[in-house]
Amino acid sequence: MESLSNKKKVLEQKSLNLAERMYLPVIAKGLATTISHFFKKSATIKYPEQEREFSLNWRGMHSLKRDEEGRERCTACGLCALSCPAEAITMIAAERKNDEKHLYREEKYAVVYEINMLRCIFCGLCEEACPKEAIYLDGPIVPADYLRKNFIYGKDKLVEAPLEVK
Amino acid sequence: MDTNFVIEKFILVTVIFAISLVIAMYSTYAERKVAAFLQDRLGPDRAGPFGILQPLADGVKMFMKEEIIPSSSNKWLFLVGPGLAMLCACIGTAVIPWGQDITINGKVMPLQVTDINVGLLYIFGVVSLGVYGIMIGGWASNNKFSLLSAIRAASQNISYEIAMGLSIIALLLVTNTLSLKSIVEQQSSWHWNVIYQPLGFLIFMVCSFAETNRAPFDLPECEAELNGGYHMEYSSMKLGFYLFAEYINMFVSSTVMATLYFGGYNYPGMDYMATILGPFWAPLFGSFIFFMKIFAFIFFFMWVRWTIPRFRYDQLMNLGWKVLIPLAIANIVITGIVIALVNNF
Repeated sequence: MESLSNKKKVLEQKSLNLAERMYLPVIAKGLATTISHFFKKSATIKYPEQEREFSLNWRGMHSLKRDEEGRERCTACGLCALSCPAEAITMIAAERKNDEKHLYREEKYAVVYEINMLRCIFCGLCEEACPKEAIYLDGPIVPADYLRKNFIYGKDKLVEAPLEVK
Repeated sequence: MDTNFVIEKFILVTVIFAISLVIAMYSTYAERKVAAFLQDRLGPDRAGPFGILQPLADGVKMFMKEEIIPSSSNKWLFLVGPGLAMLCACIGTAVIPWGQDITINGKVMPLQVTDINVGLLYIFGVVSLGVYGIMIGGWASNNKFSLLSAIRAASQNISYEIAMGLSIIALLLVTNTLSLKSIVEQQSSWHWNVIYQPLGFLIFMVCSFAETNRAPFDLPECEAELNGGYHMEYSSMKLGFYLFAEYINMFVSSTVMATLYFGGYNYPGMDYMATILGPFWAPLFGSFIFFMKIFAFIFFFMWVRWTIPRFRYDQLMNLGWKVLIPLAIANIVITGIVIALVNNF
């Protein structure tokens, strides 16, 4: 019968000759291989001290952006929450008061803006959906924690640091 | 009994004991580093600079672990096993000559605990006893896998001891003495026994790999088949003792190989160095050379471990009985003929 694939490998059972039974030639060959690796540079990156460079389109932790005057760009439209396939984003909107014009760019802003980092799949759809260019996934790797509740990131962790006054 | 003699020996014993324990301790570190470098990794580097405190951290971990003694085990023997393994590993170094006689304040002191005239047989005996630690531990655990592993260890040691003994007989034909001190003294400067007994050395080395249960002959502690083998039921420092005893055994057999075949503390040009360094530093420099040889052997042990896969049980027995023993016998015959020819013509 013809085999389904054309691959044919004839296995021959040969008994070992004396040199092979003593294993020494192959052992010497193996030792040469391993010692050559002894002098090779290791590929290890010592992670907490060194970091591998991320690619340009790498998506990390979210950050809520400010505009050039240092006001929060987010207007709490909810499109990010709507687009989120993992339903990780929740927010509560509020109206801007007159004395808050230097804090928020739009008349409506997010009082509470929370992302559950355990739900988030870092797909980047929120950043695509945002009409105000307010959210970007340009941060570092989200750090580990012991408690689930610590993974719900509020505005304290997400909003960019305010612009420095010069 | 001279008090000075007792004090002198006591200090020597303490120093040798401390050295062999420290070397065994840092062998665990070296093993992991060597393994890492051979596999293009870095190895432990978190505890202290370059991970130099790793053995201490491991030791603390071992002591802090919960100690479990299975209720179905034979408690007394269960406790004796690791102790015996450790004891047999430690007393082997008593007859090793660590250096030439050293002169301190005009007093000559030998760098050897005792020069008994059956030194070689003593080492052989102690090494053979080592299997009892494994055997007793494996049996007392009252566990199938441990027992199987203990049986493997025993049969492996017995098979390889024969070839080892035969390779030593060929060596004895050359040296005509069993005292390690005389054996080393005969190999002054570059007259190392390995030049006269290359085949004997090879057989001896293979057998000492098997005797110390090191890869590729680490069948007694094979994880895949035996779940870790004879120390499967052991925890805490008793497990630590078994693992530690293996490293001390490795140190002892490296020492024995360096002593018997690689000239011990001898090195080419040692007479010239002795005139430069004087009676205090020259023996110490010789000991330094000796330790370098030992470290080279320990490195070789590790290098082999991370190169060669474990033998199958039938391969192990075939190698022992059908290759090494005939080779060792052939070696004796050839050595005997050559010596007879050299002496008579």
